This record gives sequence, C-alpha cells and structure tokens, in this order.
Amino acid sequence: MPLEAYLAVSAALFTLGIVCIVSRRNILYVLMGIEMILNASSINFAAFNRFNGDGLAGRMFVVFVIILAAAEAAVALAIVLNVFHLFKSIKPSEVDLLRE
Amino acid sequence: MDRPSQAFYGLLTLLSLTALGWGLRGGGAHGLVFGLFTVLTLGGSLVCIWERSVVRSAFSLMATFTGVAGLFLLLGADFLAMAQILIYVGGILALLLFGVMLSPPDMNERKLPRVIGALLLVGGGVGWVALRVSSTTRSWAVTEELPEPVTHAREIGLGFLHPGKYLVPFELAAFLLTVALVAAVYIARRKKEDLEPRDSLGGQS
Repeated sequence: MPLEAYLAVSAALFTLGIVCIVSRRNILYVLMGIEMILNASSINFAAFNRFNGDGLAGRMFVVFVIILAAAEAAVALAIVLNVFHLFKSIKPSEVDLLRE
Repeated sequence: MDRPSQAFYGLLTLLSLTALGWGLRGGGAHGLVFGLFTVLTLGGSLVCIWERSVVRSAFSLMATFTGVAGLFLLLGADFLAMAQILIYVGGILALLLFGVMLSPPDMNERKLPRVIGALLLVGGGVGWVALRVSSTTRSWAVTEELPEPVTHAREIGLGFLHPGKYLVPFELAAFLLTVALVAAVYIARRKKEDLEPRDSLGGQS
C-alpha cells in the first residue's frame, strides 16, 4: 500500500481520538482518546520511517511514544483515583478545585 | 439493543465490507490485510465512541490497539508490533479497566448530537488541513521502491546502547518511567487518616 493510505488511517484515528475527548463527559474517555491520538502518531512515525529509507529514527520515536504512553497511563489513573476520592465524581466539568 | 445501535452496527459492517473489498481490489492480498487491520483500528475506536458502557468501550479499544500492531507488522516493524501488543493491550488496557471499575455507571452520559457535531467539526478540520497539505506536494515518499525491512530487534537494541545513537534518550526514558511510577504510587496511596476508623464524627469535617 502507498504511504498515503497509512497517513489516511492515521488521520482518521486522530480525528476519532479528538471526538472521543470532546464529546464524552467522563475522564476515562479522555484517557482513551489520548491513547488513540498517541497511536495515530505512532502509525505516522512508523510509516514515514518505512517509506523514507527504513532507518532507525522513526522506530525509536515509536518506542519512546509507547514508553510515554505507559508512564502517562499510570500517572493519569492515579490522578483519577484521587479525583474520585475527593469529588465523588469523574466528570471533568465538576473537578474545579485545587485545594482539598 | 435499541434501534440506533442496530443502525450503527449495520452501517459499521457495511463500511467494513466496503473497506475490505476496496483493499482487495487495490492491492491484492496485501491490500486485503491492510483493509482488515484498518477496519480493526477504526472500527474499534468508532465502537469506543458509540458505546454507552465504559467497559465495552475499553474492550473495543483492544481491537484498535491490535489493529495498530498489525499496521506496524505491515510496515515491517515487528518489534514495534510486539511491544504494542505487550504494553498497550497487556498493560494500558488493564490499567484503564481498573479505572472503569471505580467509575459509577452512567448510561445517559453519551449525547448523540454532541458526538455527531464533534465528528463533523473535527473531521471537517482534519480533512481541510489534509487537503491543503496534500495540494502542496505530490508524494511524501522519498523512495518509490521499498527496501527490504530490517526485522531484527538486535538493531533497535544496539541503537539503544550505542553511545553515539540513543543512549541518552534511553537513560532519560528509564528515569522518566521510574519517576512516573513512584509518583503514581505516591499520588494514589491512601492517607493515614482514611484508613483509621474515625471516632469523632460530629467534630470538624
């Protein structure tokens, strides 16, 4: 398949990730949308790496994106736990206090 | 299953079959596999947005992550595909399901007009940008004929450990993971006063 096919899939996944973030009223959907966006960028990195000489740089970027996603998921889940403990709700619009 | 869900899944099936046929016509067996992984990726995320229940959405993300791993395989990056399945499907999805367990069920949270409006707005924006960018260049690919993919994890490992290549980012990533995990444990821990039973409930609280 040509490079443009991979780019189209990546753009569609990015769109769906943004839609998932802005259209749902739940912090967990925001996290899922972020994962989709990170995956879309990973597809872009891997596709450009493959079609521009097949070096190592693009793959390294994907590996670092995956590492970043793992760290982000762990910290975000800890924050969600605390937010639910404090506010008894995980709607992003109701979390509006910095202090306890 | 209510009527809109039936319509949605019917439409999704039709779209999937169309994508598979389009891939088969355009690229033969390779195109068919590409269409299959595309359908897995985009279908999984569409179901994630559509479903009311958080558990179903989280599990439909498994299809998305597996489809992306398949696309990595088609791009000749099998180490990435393995890492994707290990970390996303095995790790991040399990974390998300832990989060799902503490969220109260709210079946009326998804508003269809919001979803459709956001889809139209964001899709229009992304499509406009894609059209503008694609009108400036004919093809982004430097080489027309593809080289044989380098399918050794050894290359990536040597790239990580070679001082002239990616040793510093590798160490930084290790440091970041350590800090992030310790911070996650610190943030998520229970305070001491939450664990002890409170003896004076009528006091200041």
